[in-house]
Amino acid sequence: MKDSPNRFSVGRFWAMVLKEFVQMRRDRLTFGMMVGIPLMQLIIFGYAINNDPRHLPMAVLSLDNSPFSRAIVAGLQTSEYFDLTHHLADAATGDQLLQTGDVQFVLTIPAGFSRDLLRGEQSSLLLQADAADPAATSFAMSALDAIVRQSLDRDLTGPLVSLRATPAPAQTIIHRLYNPEIQTSYNIVPGLMGVVLTMTMVVITSLAITREHERGTMENLLCTPVRPLEVLLGKIVPYIVVGYIQMGLILVAAVFLFKVPVHGSIPLLLGVSFLFIAANLAVGVTFSTIASNQLQAVQMAFFFFLPSILLSGFMFPFRGMPEWAQGIGYVLPNTHFLRIVRAITLKGATLPEFAPELLPMAVFLVAVLVVALKRYRKTLD
Amino acid sequence: MIAPTIIDVQGVTKRFGNKTVVNALSLTVRQGEIFGFLGPNGSGKTTFIRMLCGLLTPDAGEGTCLGLNVRTQAEAIKRQVGYMAQKFSLYTDLTVRENLDFMARIYGVPKRRAAVAQAIEFMQLGPYVGQLAGTLSGGWKQRLALAASCIHRPALLLLDEPTAGVDPKARRDFWDAVHVLAAQGITSLITTHYMDEAERCHRLAYIAYGNLLAQGTVKEVVAASSLTTWEITGPDLYELAARLRDLPGVDQVAPFGTTLHVSGVDATALGQSLAPFRQGPHRFAAVETSLEEVFISLMTASQQGQTREAA
Repeated sequence: MKDSPNRFSVGRFWAMVLKEFVQMRRDRLTFGMMVGIPLMQLIIFGYAINNDPRHLPMAVLSLDNSPFSRAIVAGLQTSEYFDLTHHLADAATGDQLLQTGDVQFVLTIPAGFSRDLLRGEQSSLLLQADAADPAATSFAMSALDAIVRQSLDRDLTGPLVSLRATPAPAQTIIHRLYNPEIQTSYNIVPGLMGVVLTMTMVVITSLAITREHERGTMENLLCTPVRPLEVLLGKIVPYIVVGYIQMGLILVAAVFLFKVPVHGSIPLLLGVSFLFIAANLAVGVTFSTIASNQLQAVQMAFFFFLPSILLSGFMFPFRGMPEWAQGIGYVLPNTHFLRIVRAITLKGATLPEFAPELLPMAVFLVAVLVVALKRYRKTLD
Repeated sequence: MIAPTIIDVQGVTKRFGNKTVVNALSLTVRQGEIFGFLGPNGSGKTTFIRMLCGLLTPDAGEGTCLGLNVRTQAEAIKRQVGYMAQKFSLYTDLTVRENLDFMARIYGVPKRRAAVAQAIEFMQLGPYVGQLAGTLSGGWKQRLALAASCIHRPALLLLDEPTAGVDPKARRDFWDAVHVLAAQGITSLITTHYMDEAERCHRLAYIAYGNLLAQGTVKEVVAASSLTTWEITGPDLYELAARLRDLPGVDQVAPFGTTLHVSGVDATALGQSLAPFRQGPHRFAAVETSLEEVFISLMTASQQGQTREAA
């Protein structure tokens, strides 16, 4: 007891860390969740989005009855991307089918398609796509061009062979409805790292101090010389380890399961993740100093989780959001972490290139810890 | 030689909202004393103890605990006080040894292993060291809690109803341990509801509704109450009790096994009221007033005071 009672003591801090580790080990369900949630989310998000979907329902409105239009229809039928479910007689029915979601695409072969084609003028096909779910349609849309070209090439024989020349004999005009932005699917898996960490880290630590209050152990703890910072850090540090286990799982899955290219340095990624993990844990601990029971703490955690998913650029492109939403997003650590992860994995970025993203996270971490320290009650008053 | 003062507080008051839970309480406890703190449920015992160990801040009052100012030096007091809360407040998901180890680390106990081993031996926790604290029976939980609160060799132990709901053998063992600690110079302040435990204390205080009503040794407290008690034996005691209850001078009538205890503050009035019954088949004997009668009388008086105040 040489150290002054009001100074930070490594011994007391370490006592908290050890205790938390033992408790974590005993709490099998929570521990299982910490490993299970990332795996589950990876499989759900990763497979649902990364596999390019096939057999998408399509309606065709052919206003040009010619060998060429029939060849295109036949080509579409044999492709795996599309299922021709409707042959339409008028455009209005097509619009309605799109609206109800019965088909995802309506392909219109305009009248005079073959005439234009034979004249050597570039003819056009119109594809209306329900792009509300962009990930589901973007692959199919890019496949369409190839299908059309192949189908026509087979018929452009003999004297017509010259029409095979580039550019493509027929041009597909694509109208993307409902969602003009298209995200690439490689964005998702690295982005998932931030989302999984936000979710599990905040929830788990948000329980940390409310649990002590609910079980009555806080009464004992408050009577000891332990300082608030020792308790708070003692609760955060063990979960940093857990955060890294989760990151490892996601990285392994990203590389081996989803074949996400990692162009940058993984040690660098792990290094900068420290700040992000700590920031999320601090949020959780802060919630747990505010909440009066564990249920409230979990509710608060979800309150934080939603904007972290929706406004961070994980779900929607950050630049497409209104300014106020960007403002909120800017505060959230997940926004900056997503940029860093994507920059490192997809672009092979190095520290100087994403350094500006680190500062907002650091400021966030310190601010949140200050709130936690202020809110931590040293008495039962 | 008078032992040094460990707790010396004056006028300690705590309010929750506009309810005064502890009202201007003054108390002196000397080193090595086992000081019993008695009173009905909700009388402010726990609140007072919590103020002593820094869990609550007093609204008014001054004083020292272990020579340190209770208002300004709470952190320093905490290091020399062992506190055992009413509810088991160690970690149920840690083993006995892990709990003791944790407490030793938190207090920065030198030679931690030896201290933990000594605590285990003192409370005879040996067979249970590897067991999760949550799976211990009530009596063993209390022993563990006491071992944990003494791990840093505190000068003062604050024990809040340490033996509530524990069987008589476990209670006796627990009290033996407290007496061993007292012999080593460790002062204890213990709250309890049990009269036999009150009699095991060197000195005691009785509080009700936040007010200190009596304090001193058992003998002093009984004498101060100036109660006279008669023990009556004979047939049909239940009927007799009903007839006696409303007579002037009779404050309490309580069956004690095959006898009836009748007590009152006004000895003359009591004697006059009992006189007509002496001709009957009952035997009357003057006995020493017990602590229980004293406390019930104090509590009733205080309740009447409260109702009068409210009216």
